[in-house]
Amino acid sequence: MKLSRRTRAIAAVTGAASIAIIAAGCAPSSDSGSSDGGKVELTVATFNDFGYTDELLQEYMDANPNVTVVQNVAATSNDARANYFQKLGKKGLADVEAIEVDWLPEVMQYSDLLAPVPADLQDRWLDWKTDAATDADGNLIGYGTDIGPEGVCYRSDLFAAAGLPTDREEVAKLLDGDWAKYFEVGEQYTKATGAAFFDSAGGTYQGMINQVEAAYEDPDSGDITATTNPEVEDLYNQVLDASATQSAHLGQWSDDWFAGLSNGAYATMLCPGWMLGVISGNAEDVTTWDIANTFPNGGGNWGGSYLTVPANGANVEEAQKLADWLTAPEQQVKAFENAGTFPSQNDALTSDTLLGSTNEYFNNAPVGQILTDRANAVTVAPFKGQFYFQVNDAMQQALTRVEDGTQDKQASWDQWVSEVEAIG
Amino acid sequence: MTSTKTAPPSAPSPEQARPDRTERTPRRIAFGHKLSKWDLKLSPYLYISPFFILFAITGLFPIAYTAVISFMDWDLVRNSGTFIGFDQYVYVLTQPKFWIALRNTFSIFLLSSVPQLILAVFIATMLDQNIRAKTFWRMGVLLPYVMAPVAVALIFSNMFGDKYGLINTTLADLGLPPVMWHSNAFASHIAISTMVNFRWTGYNTLILLAAMQAIPRDYYEAAAIDGANRFRQFTAITLPSLRPTLIFVIITSTIGGLQIFDEPRMYDQFGTGGANSQWLTISLYLYDIGWGQWNFGRAAALAWILFIIILAIGVINMLVTNRLVRDEGSRDGRSRRDRRAAAIAARTELEHRVGGTVRDDFGSAPTGAATSDTNDKTTEVAR
Repeated sequence: MKLSRRTRAIAAVTGAASIAIIAAGCAPSSDSGSSDGGKVELTVATFNDFGYTDELLQEYMDANPNVTVVQNVAATSNDARANYFQKLGKKGLADVEAIEVDWLPEVMQYSDLLAPVPADLQDRWLDWKTDAATDADGNLIGYGTDIGPEGVCYRSDLFAAAGLPTDREEVAKLLDGDWAKYFEVGEQYTKATGAAFFDSAGGTYQGMINQVEAAYEDPDSGDITATTNPEVEDLYNQVLDASATQSAHLGQWSDDWFAGLSNGAYATMLCPGWMLGVISGNAEDVTTWDIANTFPNGGGNWGGSYLTVPANGANVEEAQKLADWLTAPEQQVKAFENAGTFPSQNDALTSDTLLGSTNEYFNNAPVGQILTDRANAVTVAPFKGQFYFQVNDAMQQALTRVEDGTQDKQASWDQWVSEVEAIG
Repeated sequence: MTSTKTAPPSAPSPEQARPDRTERTPRRIAFGHKLSKWDLKLSPYLYISPFFILFAITGLFPIAYTAVISFMDWDLVRNSGTFIGFDQYVYVLTQPKFWIALRNTFSIFLLSSVPQLILAVFIATMLDQNIRAKTFWRMGVLLPYVMAPVAVALIFSNMFGDKYGLINTTLADLGLPPVMWHSNAFASHIAISTMVNFRWTGYNTLILLAAMQAIPRDYYEAAAIDGANRFRQFTAITLPSLRPTLIFVIITSTIGGLQIFDEPRMYDQFGTGGANSQWLTISLYLYDIGWGQWNFGRAAALAWILFIIILAIGVINMLVTNRLVRDEGSRDGRSRRDRRAAAIAARTELEHRVGGTVRDDFGSAPTGAATSDTNDKTTEVAR
């Protein structure tokens, strides 16, 4: 056990070094976005596919030689969400961070930690797009990127088999009306074929609840009113009554649901713009999917995103300029061409490129024109408070319980009520 | 044994070799001595300290911090909270979901651990035989373990689809009613346990196989000569010798089973444990409270409850283990301390009797003891 002096010295150095390594691991990393002689490096964090290609970002760098733009893409919006809330209010977020409407209500609670959009830009977007991202003090904290105006996707071959019209304009006329009308056609289809008309009660309910102005919470007080709101109960009953015979009972995004896209398990589906890519990507061999320019009970929006600028970033002003540029009409149209993300800016909606675009998979449907019409039909910006998604998740599970036969309608409703009462 | 009897060599000081500066030598020797004494005493601690420093930072601190947060209404983003006492614990314990999650966790744990260990012992026994291409089979059983749990879950959730899954399609072809893998709680537990078993059986098999190979082959020879058949050899030699390893495997799979997360999370598209919490496990519930609802105070309270549950199971495990190990470790029914005391007593008595000249005899004693020991065991095993 006797050590020579040298060994001892080495031991001491090793010990010290290992502690130093540990200490270094805990130290906050230095800022990557610090400006260096007028040069600025900006990071943009997005998820899935925003359509911000290297060429698009290069365009900005060419116009602003002092700026380098680096994009980090998270695989899913859930990853981005976890990352966002861990670092918000601390350090480490990108200069421009993308958020999804799904977690926008959560972000709104921390609107003071984000740099507001300059006042002169605020009226570029659709009203309801900006309303959702404006906090109580009137600050708009998100640069709207895309929206999800909904049409109705349908399978023309299945419609033909049921003796229903197959042309997209005639289908639009057939379905024109409220939800009762939609379920009435469903009844007709189910009687003729014995097959399911829509994919799931959950997916359909999502389209219905997105048209209710204040479904679950009181916009003024923030109290949860979901369990006593007659509108919610009415939608619940309406969709489940129809679901008993007309639903394929396939929970959205489940393996069975994806299988159903290609094997004709259901004839129609509520269809926001980004859903077109989901359908064409997962049912490549089916040639009969089509989209009708209609939506029960007027317009509906499902999904969409914003860009935000964290207020404590190193280059807030430069980041705001970049977010402004990325969400300008020209770039939104380019992003639509790149990834199918439907624009949210007023001027972009009148762009010829957008209006003229068609989708080959959907039998060359004029999707640009259809989705623009659908976007203009949206009149309600539903209020979503901080508990919206917990309540809505519980509701989706309540619908699933009835659909998969675990519980009957009343028992499932009662359980939902007790779950909602435990929230908060 | 003999080294303890010889005195440790006195440390030669390098200072003594130096001829000059005689007046300052004594202090230096003293300091050198001290240093080497510290060296002897402290160095080992220094060498193992990186692990413990790391553990304190990444292990102890989070555990303690979690305890603090569990008494608060915590806001992760603003890093602030208000102290609310035991409210979070009360809330969690009064949630019906918590008790369902507890039930599911234990159900899935039992459904996965028990068949898994039985299967692992069986496969290990087969691999322990003299078969062709041993390495191929041994590598083969470990392959599922190499697969990422998420990949396993993806493949299996395809098989366990309610309508178009492989299993239900096969059942339909055979004219049997489909199994509702996602609405029937017990069916979902079986599906999830299947994923766990698929992945972990091979891992446990290899550990058990290593333990089996350490069993001296003489036992089997002796048993075979005594006329014991394969099954008798397995129950009388293999299983008793595997006890300590089995205990290790049981404890690790208990901890793993109680923390099960990946498989139930990947079992459906939402990862929230089913519409009626059919396969909601405690870790899944914990994740949902923390990362779904952003309620970290509540999640921390649940984390501590889970910690206490695992601790309680660990204590039960340890009590059972201690009994089993004592049976195995001391064949004469005495504890290690008793045996050591007896050995010391025997030695002093011997020294008393023969005076100080017994060293050689004594040195050979342990070998004799070990031999007789082995013989004892062999006869006991063959009996």
